[in-house]
Amino acid sequence: MSKKTNTIISAVLLVALCGFVVILEQILPSTHIALTVLKKSCIYALVAVSMNLLNGFTGLFSLGQAGFMLIGAYTYGVLTIPVAERASVYQYYDGGLIQFAVPVFVGLIAAGAVAALFAWLIGLPVLRLKSDYLAIATLGFAEIIRAIFQWDKLGVITNGSNLLRKFPTFNSTLFPLIVCGICIAVIVLVINSSYGRAFRAIRDDEIAAEAMGINLAKHKRMSFCISSFFAGVGGGLLAMYQTSIQASTFKSAMTYEILLIVVIGGLGSVTGSCLASFLYIACSEWWLRFLDTETYIGSFKVPLLRSGFRKVVFAVIVMVVVLFYRKGIMGDKEFSPARVYDWWQKKKAKKNAGKEAAQ
Amino acid sequence: MDFINKNLPYLLAGISVGGQYALIAIGYTMVYGILRLINFAHGDIFMVAALVLVYASASFPLYVSIPLTIVATVILGFAVERVAYKPLRNAPRMSVMISAIGVSYLLQNLALYITGGLAQVVPSIPVISDTIKIGSATTKVVTVVTPILTIVLVIVLMQLINHTKIGMAMRAVSDDFETSRLMGIKINSVISTTFMIGSFLAAVGALLYFTNYPSVVPTSGAMPGLKAFVAAVFGGIGSIPGAVIGAFIIGICENIIKGLGWTTFSDAFTFALLIIVLLVKPTGLFGEKATDKV
Repeated sequence: MSKKTNTIISAVLLVALCGFVVILEQILPSTHIALTVLKKSCIYALVAVSMNLLNGFTGLFSLGQAGFMLIGAYTYGVLTIPVAERASVYQYYDGGLIQFAVPVFVGLIAAGAVAALFAWLIGLPVLRLKSDYLAIATLGFAEIIRAIFQWDKLGVITNGSNLLRKFPTFNSTLFPLIVCGICIAVIVLVINSSYGRAFRAIRDDEIAAEAMGINLAKHKRMSFCISSFFAGVGGGLLAMYQTSIQASTFKSAMTYEILLIVVIGGLGSVTGSCLASFLYIACSEWWLRFLDTETYIGSFKVPLLRSGFRKVVFAVIVMVVVLFYRKGIMGDKEFSPARVYDWWQKKKAKKNAGKEAAQ
Repeated sequence: MDFINKNLPYLLAGISVGGQYALIAIGYTMVYGILRLINFAHGDIFMVAALVLVYASASFPLYVSIPLTIVATVILGFAVERVAYKPLRNAPRMSVMISAIGVSYLLQNLALYITGGLAQVVPSIPVISDTIKIGSATTKVVTVVTPILTIVLVIVLMQLINHTKIGMAMRAVSDDFETSRLMGIKINSVISTTFMIGSFLAAVGALLYFTNYPSVVPTSGAMPGLKAFVAAVFGGIGSIPGAVIGAFIIGICENIIKGLGWTTFSDAFTFALLIIVLLVKPTGLFGEKATDKV
């Protein structure tokens, strides 16, 4: 299959997905769980892909994603709350310091930009560290950021430990789908560019990459900033989805959740991350819900089913993936129509060969 | 003098919590020394120890349930290593760390399921939860017992590592994994022993820690676990005395910061310290310098 046909079929599939979502929105009530799952999984897909860029493509094991999401969410919230509502949101801080509001898209881009700025600052010292030290240092930074945002001295901007709310949100599922789609497309472009190849070279062998003339510090910092930019945008979108922001929700548990999505999807696979985030969110919010409710078959009470069992089952599945399917769903390969076509052709050829052998 | 008098309760709390961090930190530092793995599940093993005590003491008297808790925790540590880390012995380090995060996630969710999401109250252990007066401060006996017990346990452990056969094996494995395997050391049993010692100390730490903070929720192991890890890095990862000293420093600093009215930043301080240590002296106070060979 030629490259051109592959691109065309991929584009058609994407348009069909959008069309499918539009139809779903028309026929399902707006509070239907399927739409909620779709919204949330789009946002998680974006954050997971941004983490994959760092962990899977550049080989920098960073656990700071929740911190950058928090920065993004706060930047978005602080900048977009309408001026008229500020007095009620910042009721303990005399209406807050900022007395203007920007449009949604400017807010989202600012969310990414501020997160990237913080990443640049944090990256200056931290990116010199290796593997697990880098992980624990970025985890530490995320915790520090969380503490700073909850500090009441900064309350005129961040509203202290109180909720930020009343900023513009979205109703349509199409909004997160398109915004996340564009962001993921940009990440894919980065991965396929010469920078992306440099990132992969660093992942495979730092010393060899350096010997080939790749500036390690520059490329690591670039990957870290790009990843944080999109984590920030994802944070802004998550804030829109949740309609309120509180620093205490962006704990390290959130980073772990995203890391597990990346691992299930396959480190180094963008489509894997997208697929895994949909499966993860759908399972945890929807398909495995029945595990949380006590069920009777006739008069027989199904054992073990009660609140919280879903998460246990889930954690076991995650462990099984980590231990036995270390490559995740996609490994480091990408889903594309050409690959499916090749696989199908190969299967057919095998079948024919089998038939001929039988004759 | 006035400063000390005013801060005495915080100082005492700091010493006590420092000792408890030290007991957890030893588990981290020993495991890291041998497997080069940040055992993210260690903090959750600590939490599970407290939960076991809660449930055991519901049906047994304390003198049965405390040993039971310790034994159960040791078995858990052993099982976690066998199930989640041993199959990944030859996998990249990142996979093992992800597996550790997975175990942590599993233990927390299991605890959430069993407790039903309600905070469980750890029964108070007699004698160490009585109150005493030191200078101008009133505190629990556990504050005094913790540092003493910690130091005694560390001395015993050091003797074990420096003067017994298994201790020698541990040192050899942490020095060079492959060579010690070639020399006929059964590394699997050495690693299991390390995990069991670490879990034993975590269980003792849990008994002491939850005397001061008696309510246990599924996430209550996460923060002490991370702080203990920072202590281990601060002291120089792989060094037991380093971990203990690091833990005491962190415990005391953290409580003095609380005393100064900066409670929001007490956790952030620990991580700021970690980052400074990693940047200025990545090998910590007593760590050995590692050189990269190309």
